[in-house]
Amino acid sequence: MGNDFSSRAHDALNNPQLRRNFRRAMDGLMSKRAVQFADRDDWAALRARGAAIKARALARLPDLLEEFEQKARANGIIVHWAETTADANSIVLGILTDHGAKRVIKGKSMVSEEMHLNAHLEAHGITAVESDLGEYIIQLAGEAPSHIVMPCIHKNKGEIARLFTDNIAGQPYTEDVDALTAAARKVLRREFAQADAGLSGVNFLVAETGSLVLIENEGNGRLSTTLPPLHIAVTGIEKLVEKLDDVAPLLALLPRSATGQPITTYVNMITSPRKAGEKDGPRQVHLVLLDNGRSRVYADLQLRDTLRCIRCGACMNHCPVYARVGGHTYGSVYPGPIGKILTPQLAGLDCAGDLPHASTLCNACVEVCPVQIPIADILVRLRTEAAQPSQAPGVKGAGSNASMVENAVWKGWQAMNASPAVYAAATRSLAVIGNLIPAAAPLLRQWTSVRSKPKFAGKTLHQLARDKGYDNE
Amino acid sequence: MPALVTPPPVPPKTVYYFGTCLIDLFYPAAGLAGMELLKRQGLRVVFPQSQSCCGQPAYNSGHKDEAREVARAQLDAFPEDWPIVVPSGSCAGMMRVHYPDLFLGDRDHARAIAFAGRVYELSWFLVHVLGLEAKLVDRGEKVKVTWHGSCHSMREMGVVDEPKRLLRGLANVTLVENPREKECCGFGGTFAVRQPEISAAMVADKIAAIGETGATRVVSGDCGCLMNIGGALDKAGKPTQAQHLAEFLLERCHGQ
Amino acid sequence: MSDARTAILARLRAAPKATVPDLPEWTGPVFADRLERFRIMLEAVHGEVHVIAADQWRPHLRLILSSKDVGRVMAPPELAVDWPDVVAYDRPAEALKDQLVDGIDAAITTACGAIAETGTVVLRPDADQPRLMSLLPPIHVVLLKLSDMADNMAGLMAAQDWAGTMPTNLLLISGPSKTADIEQTLAYGVHGPKELIVLVLS
Repeated sequence: MGNDFSSRAHDALNNPQLRRNFRRAMDGLMSKRAVQFADRDDWAALRARGAAIKARALARLPDLLEEFEQKARANGIIVHWAETTADANSIVLGILTDHGAKRVIKGKSMVSEEMHLNAHLEAHGITAVESDLGEYIIQLAGEAPSHIVMPCIHKNKGEIARLFTDNIAGQPYTEDVDALTAAARKVLRREFAQADAGLSGVNFLVAETGSLVLIENEGNGRLSTTLPPLHIAVTGIEKLVEKLDDVAPLLALLPRSATGQPITTYVNMITSPRKAGEKDGPRQVHLVLLDNGRSRVYADLQLRDTLRCIRCGACMNHCPVYARVGGHTYGSVYPGPIGKILTPQLAGLDCAGDLPHASTLCNACVEVCPVQIPIADILVRLRTEAAQPSQAPGVKGAGSNASMVENAVWKGWQAMNASPAVYAAATRSLAVIGNLIPAAAPLLRQWTSVRSKPKFAGKTLHQLARDKGYDNE
Repeated sequence: MPALVTPPPVPPKTVYYFGTCLIDLFYPAAGLAGMELLKRQGLRVVFPQSQSCCGQPAYNSGHKDEAREVARAQLDAFPEDWPIVVPSGSCAGMMRVHYPDLFLGDRDHARAIAFAGRVYELSWFLVHVLGLEAKLVDRGEKVKVTWHGSCHSMREMGVVDEPKRLLRGLANVTLVENPREKECCGFGGTFAVRQPEISAAMVADKIAAIGETGATRVVSGDCGCLMNIGGALDKAGKPTQAQHLAEFLLERCHGQ
Repeated sequence: MSDARTAILARLRAAPKATVPDLPEWTGPVFADRLERFRIMLEAVHGEVHVIAADQWRPHLRLILSSKDVGRVMAPPELAVDWPDVVAYDRPAEALKDQLVDGIDAAITTACGAIAETGTVVLRPDADQPRLMSLLPPIHVVLLKLSDMADNMAGLMAAQDWAGTMPTNLLLISGPSKTADIEQTLAYGVHGPKELIVLVLS
């Protein structure tokens, strides 16, 4: 694997199996989503509602966090706050250590990926087992998720069959999906029964009731949050919604956008630990609220829209770049268009400044985003902050891409295009002599690798318009 | 969200034409064809010689200051209150959708907003203002074509069906829709040189999908896409020709 | 980490204020034939729907269980399920764990509501019908009164005042447990029940 976006993209583009896997998967997901939102008026009304719910919640975020915390505490949930992923890891480790927990079973959580929690726990002698089938598969493979909803989407069943045979005792090689699923069920059921703690993410935090809302299809999320005696949830501070009522339209958007299903098999609303007289459920529920740069993003009114994201993955499913290079190419926990705007903001433009440029600005993501995040505008904003920092406080690593050469190029471009006289002189001469530029010239070389050299026309449209007698004013 | 475009309040007698820098240098025949189509509908078409580029290359590269100065030159070049017709969804999108933000806090902000409100993509203008769809008289031979929708045309200007309505208005033209018509061709301005390998993969898929339609021509409303798609078709030795919609319409109806 | 709390909230409060937008109008869909919609949606995700007269469900359930080769059934005693081998969830999970994980063939619970739009049953697990009943056994049978079915989620939430009455755990279930993680191929019963059978009592 290369160590920057372009070289990783090179590897991915030259892996035909990977490209087939992604193309096939993305085509399927796009057509399934399209069926769900066939009625354009319904879609428009629903996403306007969804976007407003998230915008409202963000506008009131500090109040809602306090309201949520108060309600959740009253319900018996223990709330923790973490500035950084390191802090969040320490909090989780501390809770587990207090309970003498050695084995943790995990439901799917992108925030735990953001924290690199498994590695942290492993280093402290605690085993964390992923129980979402896709996460389990990539844990066996020692890989990171390549998609936020379907983590092992880059793997085909042959690769998965091999992994199972190599890692599960007594498992014969089979590509039968039911048999593979049954094998995972058997292994993981044992893990659930033995786990000292369950760890999960959260889809929505409801301020009004202090509830955690989790959605999933497999039941592993429910098991992780029900069977072990201790449940720890980790999530970002942006997951708040005001009212329980807000959950209905968001649930009408999320699974349909993500996988084209009308609803997930399970919507699991957790409001307290096991109460007196109840016979199951964890005896303690902890919630870790992670900042990790989110409050910095929040400080900028335009960039704040990034925090509306409900992690459906529709942007990556519809991204022509993602479909060709896959999730690992992005080199970050969150791939695809949302990753291109979120990662540079969380990690800093100095660390991930190439990501905002990994886009044609085709707007396919903007068209499908269920909460109307202006992804393309934010991409351009981040490109601008990297090249010409605005001094806005929300942007870490601003100015990291400021380059004397590029500045000079654009100043030259401005000098040509902002002055009619210079423009006329330059274009007239280019139209005549431009074709002398060799195909191997810098920039043109990349272009002509798969395309013919563009032909200058001899006469510009300016000249032709005048020749044909079109008025100038 | 695409811009909400409505026809000018009063049917115009005069329109401005913004030719775009790409057309100026590489596809002037396409640019001229658009002007001819407008003129043949009885409009006076004004082509300010002081126009240059909409500013999008710098804007999308994060060089807003340079983009703004070039955009300001366009505000100066189109002073009258006439519609500004643009034979490119991408440049039209830049001016219609992004000029107001580009000039936020600038002395020309109000002027930029007014300018933006006058910008129309050519095919949209031909359909919704001039009703050209019903007036087309096809004088050409039978031909099978396919359409490529440009991303900004569709997703910034909301122009999706208009060009296809025009193509369907031509009696001897069979429009074969490409199931991947709405997928980006991989041009993306500087993307094509910043990420040449991904761009190459995208345009390879695009010309393969075009090839599957069996069309002998791929028509589009944006010369950026055409340069990319046409260049790739040519380099790969494919017989399919890439052509701007304006040029295709003029050729079919007026033999030019 | 109360320092973190203070610092995070302080940064959020110091940020520029955005206008709080109004929520645009949106209402969930309604259906001329709720039951039909419910059936179509649930069957589409491999759920089974049986519509039965309210006083006939016990013999009907017995037929279903017989047809599925079920041995031990878990059900709350007050339901008086007619089956030779019925156990109750009468102790805390810790004392029943082995049996729950691998010793029950089917569990019978009631639903407190249903959503026609998505083919969803709503459960409020409690001391008599704890959470794991609808999760660990391979077959889950749900008793649902037709009168408790709403058109859409928002309507049911409002009608039943969920916000004012949230239990420890409130569950929406739409079909048996499933996954599409391997090549987008659907497989059922990955962690939860392999079969979801809803008896709609009319």
